[in-house]
Amino acid sequence: MVSARQQATPSCPKSADLAKHHAELMVKVAQHQDWVAFQELFLFFGPRVKAMMLKAGADNALAEDVVQETMTKVWRKAGLYVANRGSVSAWVYTVARNTRIDRVRRASSQAYDDIDDLDLESDEPTGEDQAHLSQQATSIAAAVQELPKEQREVIELAFMHDLPQSEIAEKLSLPLGTVKSRLRLAYGKLKVRLEDYK
Amino acid sequence: MTVVHHLDDSTLMRFASGNVDEAFSVAIAAHLELCGQCRAALRAAESCGGRLLELTDVADIEDDAFDRLRDHIEGSEINLVQLKPSDARPARHADASETSIPKPLQCYVGLSLDDVTWTTVAPGVLKRDITLSTKTTNKLYMLHIAAGKQMPEHGHGGSELTLVLSGAYKDHHGRFARGDIADLDEHDEHQPRVDGDQPCICLIAAEGHTKPKGLVARLLRPIVGI
Ligand SMILES: [Zn+2]
Repeated sequence: MVSARQQATPSCPKSADLAKHHAELMVKVAQHQDWVAFQELFLFFGPRVKAMMLKAGADNALAEDVVQETMTKVWRKAGLYVANRGSVSAWVYTVARNTRIDRVRRASSQAYDDIDDLDLESDEPTGEDQAHLSQQATSIAAAVQELPKEQREVIELAFMHDLPQSEIAEKLSLPLGTVKSRLRLAYGKLKVRLEDYK
Repeated sequence: MTVVHHLDDSTLMRFASGNVDEAFSVAIAAHLELCGQCRAALRAAESCGGRLLELTDVADIEDDAFDRLRDHIEGSEINLVQLKPSDARPARHADASETSIPKPLQCYVGLSLDDVTWTTVAPGVLKRDITLSTKTTNKLYMLHIAAGKQMPEHGHGGSELTLVLSGAYKDHHGRFARGDIADLDEHDEHQPRVDGDQPCICLIAAEGHTKPKGLVARLLRPIVGI
């Protein structure tokens, strides 16, 4: 049992600790259907997934619905999450993103599901997944926070506000090519960081 | 099969952020099915979304949200995907057969390239239009182009993805064979020629034409078919 004091999560927790802790909670959900662990994940991710949907233009009722649907999938698919595919946050993001495609954009996330179970070439369970995950999470976190303001702004509009590149260009009064090159630069920095920890 | 031509990094970021319609999602996912390198790259792009989710300002959630969720899950006996720790992920291996259709495309045209039904649109050029299930202005179709055939030089109304599923073609970007994808923007012009003695079959996702600017252009469009 944790005390109320320990439970109060700081607003921006250290990413390595957070990644490790979330991975442990996921294991408890997957292997023991642990409701206490799941509630903690819900309290962390629920309000964030809701914020993501509001930013993408959902109204309050739809955003609440998407939270319910996303977290139901997280519960149901907990056994499919494995540490070597990235942090729990990255995985929950993909579950929320797919739900957003279907419910908010009214498009289809079927193609994402179709390739979700494919193996990765780099898929080699090493037994050091936890340590690897922590390092990788720290690295990604730093990379995102170190991005120049103009790159951070573009990825925020793409990933959280769900704006098409053409609308990002319009909103920021930039040529489309500049939006694309900022996305490429941001991606390049993440990739370099990840390769450091391979 | 070694994939040489990949998705542009900005397209990977776009797919990771979920900002794709059905036509582009199918073409991108079909390349990802055939390309382990881009699948690994996608994970890096998605981790960016994960970090932004952690950092976002939280929204107030309804007080009974968790209780409702728990009632819903317990009430509907939602099945957990149960896995033993030893086989935490039953990885599917992409079908290596040269005539197989990548899974994201199968629900539209069947399992094998041999089963696809075509319509002749020009000498040596067969086309298969794909009907999408959700609303979009973009188009998804397949082309079957005879050996030795050269397409007229053309530009594009918007961005366009061309994924080779069988055979090969060449243009000034290089040689494109099964698994290779040409990720072209509207400024790109090319004149592909089928390479080798086999027909080239490809999947194309194309952005709908951007809004014609003037009244004259709007009136002419249906006539000249641009
Ligand atoms: Zn690739």
